[in-house]
Amino acid sequence: MTNTAISGKGRQAGKSARPGTFSLLLNNTLATAGLIILIAVCLLALAAPVLPLLNPDVTAPANRLLPVFSTGHLLGTDHLGRDLLSRLIWGTRVSLAVGVSATIIAAVFGSMLGLVAGYAGGRTDTVIMRGIDMVMAFPYILLALAIVAVLGPGLLNALYAIALVNIPFFARNIRGITLGLSRREFVDAARLSGKSPAQILFVEILPNVLPVIVITMSTTVGWMILETAGLSFLGLGAQPPQADLGSMLGEGRKILFTAPHVSIVPGVMIFVLVMAINLLGDGVRDILDPRLRAGSLTRPVARTVVLRNPADVPAPSGDENILDVRRLRTEFQIGGTVYHAVGGVDLALRQGECLGIVGESGSGKSLTAMSIMGLVPTPPGRIAGGAAYLEGEDLFAASDRRIRDLRGGSVAYVFQDPLSTLHPLFTVGNQLEEAIRTHQPLSRARTREKAIELLSLVRIPNPKERLTTYPHELSGGMRQRVCIAMALANDARVLIADEPTTALDVTVQSQILTLMNGLRRERNAAILFITHDFGVVSAICDRIAVMYAGRIVETGKTDDILASPQHPYTAKLIECVPVLGEPERRLDAIDGRPPVVNNLPEGCAFADRCPQAQSLCRTGEIELVAAGADRGVRCLFPMNREPSA
Amino acid sequence: MGAYIAKRLLAAIPVLFGLTIIVFLIMAMIPGDPATAILGSYATPENVAKLNRDLGLDKSLPEQYVIWLGNLFQGDLGRSYSLNRPVLDEVLERFSATLILAGTALVLCSVFGLLAGIVSAVRQYGWADKIITLLVLMGISTPSFFLGLLLILVFAVKLRLFPASGMYAIYGGGDLPDLIHHLTLPALTLSVVATGVVARLTRTAMLEVLRQDYIRTARAKGLPEREVIYKHAFKSALVSVVPVIGIQAGFVIGGAVYIETVFQWPGIGSMLVKAIATRDLLLVQGGVLVVAAAYVLFNLLADVVQTLIDPRLR
Amino acid sequence: MNDGREKTSGEDTLLTISDVERIFGGERRLFGGRAPAVHAVQSLSLSVRKGETLGVVGESGCGKSTLARLVVGLDDPTSGEIVFDGENLTDLARKDGNSLARKVQYVFQDPVASLNPRKTIRTILEAPLKHLTDLDKDGREKRLTELLQAVNLAPEFLERYPHEFSGGQAQRIGIARALAAGPELIVLDEPVSALDVSVQAQVLNLLDGLKKTFGLTYIFISHDLSVVESVCDRVAVMYFGRIAELGPARNVFGTPMHPYTDLLMRSAPAPGRHVLMAEDASAELPDPYNPPAGCAFAARCNRKTGACLDNLPAPDQAPGPDSGHIAACYHPLIEA
Repeated sequence: MTNTAISGKGRQAGKSARPGTFSLLLNNTLATAGLIILIAVCLLALAAPVLPLLNPDVTAPANRLLPVFSTGHLLGTDHLGRDLLSRLIWGTRVSLAVGVSATIIAAVFGSMLGLVAGYAGGRTDTVIMRGIDMVMAFPYILLALAIVAVLGPGLLNALYAIALVNIPFFARNIRGITLGLSRREFVDAARLSGKSPAQILFVEILPNVLPVIVITMSTTVGWMILETAGLSFLGLGAQPPQADLGSMLGEGRKILFTAPHVSIVPGVMIFVLVMAINLLGDGVRDILDPRLRAGSLTRPVARTVVLRNPADVPAPSGDENILDVRRLRTEFQIGGTVYHAVGGVDLALRQGECLGIVGESGSGKSLTAMSIMGLVPTPPGRIAGGAAYLEGEDLFAASDRRIRDLRGGSVAYVFQDPLSTLHPLFTVGNQLEEAIRTHQPLSRARTREKAIELLSLVRIPNPKERLTTYPHELSGGMRQRVCIAMALANDARVLIADEPTTALDVTVQSQILTLMNGLRRERNAAILFITHDFGVVSAICDRIAVMYAGRIVETGKTDDILASPQHPYTAKLIECVPVLGEPERRLDAIDGRPPVVNNLPEGCAFADRCPQAQSLCRTGEIELVAAGADRGVRCLFPMNREPSA
Repeated sequence: MGAYIAKRLLAAIPVLFGLTIIVFLIMAMIPGDPATAILGSYATPENVAKLNRDLGLDKSLPEQYVIWLGNLFQGDLGRSYSLNRPVLDEVLERFSATLILAGTALVLCSVFGLLAGIVSAVRQYGWADKIITLLVLMGISTPSFFLGLLLILVFAVKLRLFPASGMYAIYGGGDLPDLIHHLTLPALTLSVVATGVVARLTRTAMLEVLRQDYIRTARAKGLPEREVIYKHAFKSALVSVVPVIGIQAGFVIGGAVYIETVFQWPGIGSMLVKAIATRDLLLVQGGVLVVAAAYVLFNLLADVVQTLIDPRLR
Repeated sequence: MNDGREKTSGEDTLLTISDVERIFGGERRLFGGRAPAVHAVQSLSLSVRKGETLGVVGESGCGKSTLARLVVGLDDPTSGEIVFDGENLTDLARKDGNSLARKVQYVFQDPVASLNPRKTIRTILEAPLKHLTDLDKDGREKRLTELLQAVNLAPEFLERYPHEFSGGQAQRIGIARALAAGPELIVLDEPVSALDVSVQAQVLNLLDGLKKTFGLTYIFISHDLSVVESVCDRVAVMYFGRIAELGPARNVFGTPMHPYTDLLMRSAPAPGRHVLMAEDASAELPDPYNPPAGCAFAARCNRKTGACLDNLPAPDQAPGPDSGHIAACYHPLIEA
């Protein structure tokens, strides 16, 4: 540990690059349009008293039912000769006020109930939520009608009714979020910092709930305006002569056939107003909802986009390799920033061999593995260069159909977390049989038999009964066995295992490693094994490739690398981990952090953290230099080099 | 599974009781003297006293509730004074008409909503997605009563393709084609908003699901994209969409209030509006109770369907 | 980093846990019967000495995190008692809700999740100073500077928000928060398992230094045997809610008595170790809703006899050759 404090420099740039919420909103054309319309309507409504409008309530029977664009009456007059434009603007004012007030009332009371129920839990929660359930057991509008029936028709009563029936909606939403938040560790931390429950609820939790309240408000305010208009339309809201948009529409309806403009004018106004609010609300939701914000980055497509220069496709390195990855580059584009997640990786896998890719998070090891069969999500990911050859066939040039045949056929994957990688709604048997059926035309009975065989192959007890169980009914180890069985369904030539034991307990991990090791010898399959743990590598891999910041920094036979690492990063990575049975070992920490792959330094990416770094390390391109059979290192000043070598 | 359904049914009983309490309380909370409210301000004192006795209003509130509940169990919801017939008869007759209208709208909104949502999610940010999103937004921003008026103006008045009102033709109607002819406009109008809501939710749910690890597994297995989307992703999305369809049933039944008024459909919605206008409170009470009970049962059904899809909920 | 190990600084006990049990579920249901119950922690007795680092190892579901939450008062035991420095935790809590938090603090597994995303680091670190100490504004300011210095972070970090930090930095902030009110005991719940290996060593070394500087006592909870071995003076190995083996770290790891400890050690991968001694079958934890009558490990154990299946071994069933080393086993690998 160095004594210099870790400084905050270099983050400044990142901070200012984050676009503000408001500018994000303006980027959304539709939301901006909504905002502009809404502002215009609000200004118009607010300015109603000062605008040169005719009195909206003065009747003039002589001028009744004037059409649109009549002189003195831009939008015509209604059945009592009142000016429609004036009534429209005054009506909008009323509708807006009622809609917004109802939203605020519902949001305040609903959120309070939700916050208290979600945070208090236990009996308080049960009582509040049962009450809410009761109210929600009524169809929404029906309850509003019943309330108006009791209170009597009138605009204020309609407002109360609409607000009241929306309280459960807020309460439920907010309770869910609060419940999730109050189980979070920062709430426990606040308790241990000595904060009282009230302080935790209002100081710690409320600020995190606020965006959800705003989202819910922005998506409901339009709905509330529609609902109050509806009640007025039925004659239960605004009472004559006062007009809101709904009651204007209701009055116009009686003369729909003779003077349609009397109903169309307020109807269009309601539509425009609510549409503007909804457009804006959608935009606000997209920006404030962290799930949507993250989700807008990844789009689910079947295969990663390949954007490589066709003139620059590297040739395979040799015939003996079953899988041959050459100068693979995979990039992510997020906004205007390009992350060079995989920056030119060469890998070769021989028949029956297990090659381990070792690296820390962000080193690009998983992306390398996912790129091979096009499983990196596009956007933001894309394959920007290089090639992957499976028995000589260029995978990046293959048709989608061909890739589908190879996926799960010749090349099978085993992923990290067996709970999330198995489909929760299909039985184990169903998923296993599907894997077989996709690649082999077998009868139903034969497929089932084969599925049972596979389950016993991975040593699952009672394989026949297991076919009908769902993934959540199995333990983590058993689930991973099912995943391995699925990968073996079609006699894969290459197995790509992405941290397959990281989510498992040690004793289960060793079971799975032993199983995989046995299976690969039995079936002579090649394995590409991705992990961060040198211990796991020792247990299963013949060769290792160490990755750092998107590139392989050292490669060689497992024992050679462990015995005499040549790249300082490899050496440090081995040394900084405590080893069982050597408690007196000093942990040699690596200072600093890995570089961010959108802004890689020139020269060696590890230079900033390397004790041996010299000025030469920070210039030019450093090549992976062969150092004996199967050995290569990307370092100008390698360690542990025997004088003769 | 059978045990689960039985358990859910049992759990619905307290909710139904809760409903009766709320409905009863709403009516009990009417400000002023209920008998005067029912009979109007020109009622004689004798009539008011008699009605109070008839309604049991001289007893305490819990007693009143027990009596009312007892009558309810015998199918006695009282008598509508404005129609002068038993409330239950009127309500059931009206409710069947509403069921036809709301049921059709619910089927329409489920089918179109799910389809639009899937297409929109799979083609995220593409043209289809943009058009669907805009249509959906327009759908949920249109007041259904206004849309109904417009449709009447265009299809009934100008084009004369569909009738403007009613459930059957007055002369020579009454068969199924006649019903469908009358049903088309109101059912379409009623389903527009709900379709928008279902489509929006399906899109969000599908996008969420398509990012899950098990979808990557399905692709890594070599499944055709069609199966990945319509089998693996859609099934998961349904788990969160089904309860929303359940809630939409409530919105559709509620929305029927407007649509029935606009199209003069002889359903429970238009009955309620009239009953409120004439202060026929027993009729309001009966109508609200029956609709709410039906809604509870429908949501129960949605719950059971959801459990059938998702084994983790069992 | 293990200099303090030999002299377990006196025999003054800081914390005693006696016969503690925590049951989840099991509440009465509306229609009769009870919800299924899980014993997360069962008849657990343990003491922590002043100045030592006590390690608690075990796999997921063994109850080690429940134990941690009980010790810091985030959860209450269903039965049994925990005594800190002569005072019962329940009494302590009754007297003043914050008195325990002044003495015992906690460092969370997920450093980023333990920081409120909408608060600056200053607000986060000031909270314990405000609520747990009587420092005035200037005193708090001074203490903040000291804290940041102690965990090696630059002062300009104070005005930042948690999302701007890496896992390692966030964990340093978590540690600073735990230190703020000057506690005597810190419970570290998997403090490095969410971190990358290269950062892990930084945090372990930092914790070691802080312990010496401030004279702290640690309870270090982890699933990683090698980490526990490298930082702990004494170790408790937990399995299925109970302590399987307890003793000085060098004894437990050098000459394990309980077959489960032995299995754990043989399963742990280590660089250069080619063959993992795994159980041949696919045995795993028993069903927590339907626990076995005897030793929970018996089903996976190749030394089991009828006695193991029928009766629970006492925590100190097998006293080891060295004092303070005990195992809950009828057939320990080493007899005293």
